[in-house]
Amino acid sequence: MDYKDYYKILGVARDASQDDIKRAHRKLTRKYHPDINKEPEAEARFKDVGEAYEVLKDPEKRAAYDQLGQNWQQGEQFRAPPEWDRDFSFSGGGFSDADSSVFSDFFESLFGRGARAGGGAARRTGADWARQGAGAGPFRSTGQDQQARVTIDLEDAIQGASRTLTLGMQEVDRAGRVRTRDRTIAVRIPKGVTEGQLIRLKGQGQPGLGGGPAGDLYLEVAFAPHPHFRVEGRDIYLDLPVTPWEAALGGKVKMPTPGGTVDITIPANARSGQKLRLKGRGIPGPGGGKAGHLIVVLTIVNPPVKTEEARALYRRMAQELAFDPRAKLMRDMAGKVKG
Amino acid sequence: MKKICPSAIEAEVVETVTLTQLSRSCAVPADRILDLVEHGILEPAEGAPRSGADWRFHAVSLTRATAALRLSRDLGVNLRGVALILDLLDDRDRLARRLHRYEAGMRR
Repeated sequence: MDYKDYYKILGVARDASQDDIKRAHRKLTRKYHPDINKEPEAEARFKDVGEAYEVLKDPEKRAAYDQLGQNWQQGEQFRAPPEWDRDFSFSGGGFSDADSSVFSDFFESLFGRGARAGGGAARRTGADWARQGAGAGPFRSTGQDQQARVTIDLEDAIQGASRTLTLGMQEVDRAGRVRTRDRTIAVRIPKGVTEGQLIRLKGQGQPGLGGGPAGDLYLEVAFAPHPHFRVEGRDIYLDLPVTPWEAALGGKVKMPTPGGTVDITIPANARSGQKLRLKGRGIPGPGGGKAGHLIVVLTIVNPPVKTEEARALYRRMAQELAFDPRAKLMRDMAGKVKG
Repeated sequence: MKKICPSAIEAEVVETVTLTQLSRSCAVPADRILDLVEHGILEPAEGAPRSGADWRFHAVSLTRATAALRLSRDLGVNLRGVALILDLLDDRDRLARRLHRYEAGMRR
């Protein structure tokens, strides 16, 4: 297992005061809280910070950790020396109010052995239920519901898709300790889901106790960013580049949609930024319900002028088209600006 | 990944959740959920009964309630503070999406 440098994780010196440690913990907890920081590594950093604080805030555990020596490097292969904690009173389980099940193997090897004392987890874990069940006769309870996020592609929402997810499941081992085990499950994402929607997998949460039913698994749907399409509700937006003559003359052009290429008719005298709606070509409605639209935003792109022929064409337009795009601007500002 | 896998578990879209479901899923007493409603963190679904165990909420309330309770516990913030954090996070995410759209437009 890897050595964890708790001082480095909290960004404090090895001789930092308890107040410095508390301050660093508060600051980093705010910074990396997974509900605030959506960066992918935030959750792991948040857990590390919690674990580091769990050790360093307690002078007894901190002293024991310091005793391991300073020569270890973050991430180095580590094995706890035999009976390394015999001089310390927390021997045989030393959890406080934090949820111990999220701590690393490194932490477990140092502070997590044997039956735990005072495992008052903030959340009601399977172990709490198990303890409550012991001695209270036959005990049944429904497993805890679980939540996770699933990122899918826009195309998956339109067609439906299967996704394989890896979830951390809490299990209670024979010693009554809560362990987190990775579990892989294949999920069929229903057609027509939208971003932010919740989907439920019945009976796929934490297992029940004493023969009780398992909890449910809730997945919050997020869309992976798409390079060209953007989604609002069930509507899909696409910026479609058109040439000045396509915009001026109108006509059919080919364009991509999540469901394949289609022809779209550009109206004559189309403006840049003009929106065209392809009815029902957005994300399908749930259970065959009302679908969203595909909304095309026209963007007029000028061709780069590199040849004498091209320049000649533009000069002809300049001569023959009496068009001043600044006429309204100049009129509006006349009298307001001197000169 | 694109292939429909026959052993995959069917998922159903959740539109609304009841007070009882919220309380069970968040593993807190119903009173704690009502505190979240009191602070405007959760809003009951429109047109649904507004009392008792049948009180219905829009499905996103489940993730919002979980986040609210986690923030309150992990940062030691009271519910007025949590409500403010969640509102500001909503604003931040909305602006980030707009900025992303704007920047994507600039690149073209």
